[in-house]
Amino acid sequence: MSVRTLPLLFLNLGGEMLYILDQRLRAQNIPGDKARRDEWTEVDRKRVLHDIVLTMFNKSFIEELLKPQELYSKKALRTIYDRLAHASIMRLNQASMDKLYDLMTMALKYQVLLCPRPKDVLLVTYNHLDAIKGLIHDNPPLLHLVDETFRQLIEVYGCLSAGEFQLIRQTLLTFFQDLHIRVSIFLKDKVQNSNGRFVLPVTGPVPWGTEVPGLIRMFNSKGEEVRRVKFPHGGNYVIAPKEGSFEVYGDRVLKLGTNMYSVNRPMETHTSGTSKNLASQTQQSIAPNPLAKEELNFLARLMGGMEITKPSGSEPGFRLNLFTTDEEEEQAALTRPEELSHEVVNIQATQDQQRNQELARIMGEFEVKDQPRWSASKGDDLLAMMDEL
Amino acid sequence: MVAADSEGPRDPGVRQAAPGAADVHWCALPFRVLLVLTSHRGIQMYESDGSVMVYWHALDSRDASPDSTQAVFARGIASCGHFICVGMWSGRVLVFDIPLKGPNIVLSEELAAHPASVTDIASEPAQEPDCMADVVTADDSGLLCVWWSGPEFKLLTRIPGFGVPCNSVQLWKGIVAAGYGNGQVRLYEASTGALHVQINAHARAVCALDLAPGVGKLLSAAEDTFVHIWKLSKSRESGCTEAAPLL
Repeated sequence: MSVRTLPLLFLNLGGEMLYILDQRLRAQNIPGDKARRDEWTEVDRKRVLHDIVLTMFNKSFIEELLKPQELYSKKALRTIYDRLAHASIMRLNQASMDKLYDLMTMALKYQVLLCPRPKDVLLVTYNHLDAIKGLIHDNPPLLHLVDETFRQLIEVYGCLSAGEFQLIRQTLLTFFQDLHIRVSIFLKDKVQNSNGRFVLPVTGPVPWGTEVPGLIRMFNSKGEEVRRVKFPHGGNYVIAPKEGSFEVYGDRVLKLGTNMYSVNRPMETHTSGTSKNLASQTQQSIAPNPLAKEELNFLARLMGGMEITKPSGSEPGFRLNLFTTDEEEEQAALTRPEELSHEVVNIQATQDQQRNQELARIMGEFEVKDQPRWSASKGDDLLAMMDEL
Repeated sequence: MVAADSEGPRDPGVRQAAPGAADVHWCALPFRVLLVLTSHRGIQMYESDGSVMVYWHALDSRDASPDSTQAVFARGIASCGHFICVGMWSGRVLVFDIPLKGPNIVLSEELAAHPASVTDIASEPAQEPDCMADVVTADDSGLLCVWWSGPEFKLLTRIPGFGVPCNSVQLWKGIVAAGYGNGQVRLYEASTGALHVQINAHARAVCALDLAPGVGKLLSAAEDTFVHIWKLSKSRESGCTEAAPLL
């Protein structure tokens, strides 16, 4: 599996999260002068998005992310997004957070699956970054931060071969394996079937670098072409018009990764009936993970790097509901299949810098070998211990 | 279901597949059949009923350079005579010498001809005396290497791929059939490397090729959701390979 996958996974999922939050915040938007204290205004919306982007593109965080490393587990990644979503004054209930994460992951799965050629996963990432820059266009220091990340991505991924991109795409698809949550927007557009599987189109432009199928050319031993035979391919393909740009600015050509949400499009997900294939997922979460300790070290480092600005005392936390009504949100929490509920490790590393240091100190204690406070298999008890914090 | 044990050689049984379990192949040697599995941890070889693991080769991540930015894995398995060849992330091909029975399997050679990770290996019994090629290896850069197996493997031909990964390769009657990441299927003459047929077969990467040696039918499967079957033949006048679409 590729060791260059994590940055692409993180940035693309982050981009999807911002699209969804932006849409929901706009949908619940109240004109500033008419808003009650607990209602969302345009100013609030911008602030939430800016805060999240600032956290996401934190310099040391991105540096850590870009180091070659294995993809971490779904649990660890989900914890990061929980934290990211709460980087500002916004609060999400468990049910809304679950739904947000479902939408994010299914959208990215769709984009990666439909990429014409593996290198296009990079174009999908650049589409997300372009859109993020659009969301924060009135904040020059933030824009600069995102551009910096852009340049670093170009540096890291610009020289990778097609074979390496193939491996990256394969690693991403393995991460999304067995996820078949039905998303309304996809069902409506008929890009997803009612069993949760995506529809692979057999029309449209071929990837850049591929010829339209349907031709056999035969050569003699001197290398001269001696015969051509055409055959019907079955699809309806056309030649690719041009290649997308891999520069900081440019026409990406590819539409995957652009914002598919507008204020009025539905964002329901259907989790009932998807439990059939989740037996393997359940098995995964029960078996003790020997890498758990490594993951937690990684998480602590990452979250130590995430500088969360503490909101001033007088402001209340605004709650965002990803469902249409509060009752729907409660109902969704109750009916969510158990297998899909991500058991998030409750690391209470809040905005408080002191608590972060406390966490780091506690983590440091685990390295000491002659302190058998716990049983021999420290790694196994670590997760249990963290829950008690 | 067979799987790779993430902890190393122990009682095999049936276990959860390790993430990135890369390849599996029945190696039908003249005197025994072995089941070979590769993963990011190592190479395992089992007796054909899966009862006993006869060999375990750990992939040494120290082989990769200290600041390596590459993942470690093994991919591409084929048997040839009394040898089993397994490809590596580094581009090397490990050649194992297999005894008539028992676990005394020995790593006899490491072939270093590929600059990129090996994707697939194919073999066939050596043909007429003028064509000794019996193993083909392919890699992520699209390079194909044609070998003559023996106590020491000999590199006969190199067929460049110009950066397009070759995902699958087959060998039949001295013809190399290769499926590429840009959807093409190409047929070469193994002994000279000359391109005889180029098929714009698919609109996405070719994932796998399979060949029915008795009838010369080649199957290509790709990510564009299509499967094609081709009839391979040699033209009587020119001796050149030809292909015709069947499905």
